[in-house]
Amino acid sequence: PRGRDGRGGEEEEEGWYQLYPGHIPTSPLQKALLAAGSAVMALYDPYRHDMVAVLGETTGCLALPNLRDKMKNHPEGYRILQERPRIRLSTLDMARLQGLPDGSLGREYVRFLEDNKVSPDTRMPPKFVDDEELAYVIQRYREVHDLMHTLLGMPTNMLGEVVVKWFEAIQTGLPMCVLGAAFGPVRLSTRKLQVLATELVPWAIRSGLNASCVLNVYYEQRWEQPVESLRAELGIFPPP
Amino acid sequence: VYQVFENVAKKYDVMNDSMTLGIHRVWKDILMHKMNPCPGTLLLDVAGGTGDIAFRFINYVRSVQQRQLQRKLQHHQNLSWQEIFESYQKDKFNSLGDSQVVVCDINREMLKVGKQKAQHLGYSEGLSWVLGNAEELPFDDDKFDVYTIAFGIRNVTRIDLALQEAYRVLKPGGRFLCLEFSHVSNPLLSRLYDLYSFQVIPVLGEVIAGDWKSYQYLVESIRQFPPQEELKAMIEDAGFFKVDYENLNFGIVAIHSGFKL
Repeated sequence: PRGRDGRGGEEEEEGWYQLYPGHIPTSPLQKALLAAGSAVMALYDPYRHDMVAVLGETTGCLALPNLRDKMKNHPEGYRILQERPRIRLSTLDMARLQGLPDGSLGREYVRFLEDNKVSPDTRMPPKFVDDEELAYVIQRYREVHDLMHTLLGMPTNMLGEVVVKWFEAIQTGLPMCVLGAAFGPVRLSTRKLQVLATELVPWAIRSGLNASCVLNVYYEQRWEQPVESLRAELGIFPPP
Repeated sequence: VYQVFENVAKKYDVMNDSMTLGIHRVWKDILMHKMNPCPGTLLLDVAGGTGDIAFRFINYVRSVQQRQLQRKLQHHQNLSWQEIFESYQKDKFNSLGDSQVVVCDINREMLKVGKQKAQHLGYSEGLSWVLGNAEELPFDDDKFDVYTIAFGIRNVTRIDLALQEAYRVLKPGGRFLCLEFSHVSNPLLSRLYDLYSFQVIPVLGEVIAGDWKSYQYLVESIRQFPPQEELKAMIEDAGFFKVDYENLNFGIVAIHSGFKL
């Protein structure tokens, strides 16, 4: 068909281009609509993990630079930003990690993956973050999420996820975590809500406030470290 | 184009309702009223994927058939109850009056969704589902009474070939009907329409179908498509006569019509 110079062409060429593979440049209006839409959809259909991811990307414009700066100003975090490690099944030596002693980070992490039947490869790559370094930061946050579960000793059921979200909300300040922490409990039974409110959330908040930034830990170089020692180092209180 | 519709197939109907705020149903109804088929019509619906046009056709023809039956019965009100019952049996066979619709689509997934919908909604007779390419239809010459293509022709690479094929498979006297997005000439409306298309629709695609890119493509393909007069000329080039178009919603959508004589 013959091409036509529609008005659409002008709207798109506002000096945008792909900053990283998978990047979709978006206007402020589109980001706002995406944020609203993804929030509604994530609540309506909890299985739409992609919507949670989109919500995080579109609302993280203040929190992400903050996180990135925290990383830059920390020796270990700085190295992570330079070397850009990725946590993927292809990069992890599962056999070696399984062989590590019980109680070590590596062994417990693998145990967590097996018990909950999850894989680090299911994390969505970022699409709507308009900065290549910040895109890595959010990617790192997503890939480290399972390690959060391990450090906090929380399973991947609704209750466990909410607790981790509270911790992450304090740690990262990402609006998506805050929303998840606030609205996640909506789908829990009263009994669970009680446990959540009286024990788990206060503990998560205290640990979150007390701990140093969890993104500043080069986990891939600490597989042998015992979980308890890492907790103490970071400032995470023992789970109830 | 194929991959776009593979992704899009399952959420197609939901997306259509969301993007057009349900108005696409009205557009399709208008198309059917314009066609005004009588029982016994053989319709070919190209790029008909999920069956929207086909189902409307069946409903329309059925209601026409019902009205004819009622009129016939009114005529025969002196018949005994037994004779009336028997005439029901005879005509029940032909609730569609031999009308048939062939739904042709290049995409297997779209046809699958269409077949499931038909089953779900209770459409069984008078429907056929065929895999085929609009540029090279698997049908013989002079076969169909009406050819429709609703929101499909802009996805065809060689529109001229599709039009030629349409001409070929229609019977002499047959009608070509095309429902498609077109050009809005009103400048204010055009700007609002562009804003909505480029800002809202890909977002809807991402939120509802998890697919930004396909809907970005959709919006862009609408802009690339020839406007009303140009399409009219192309249809005339394929050999159709009495080619005309009707704008719906200020040109957001247009119905083009032509006859093979």
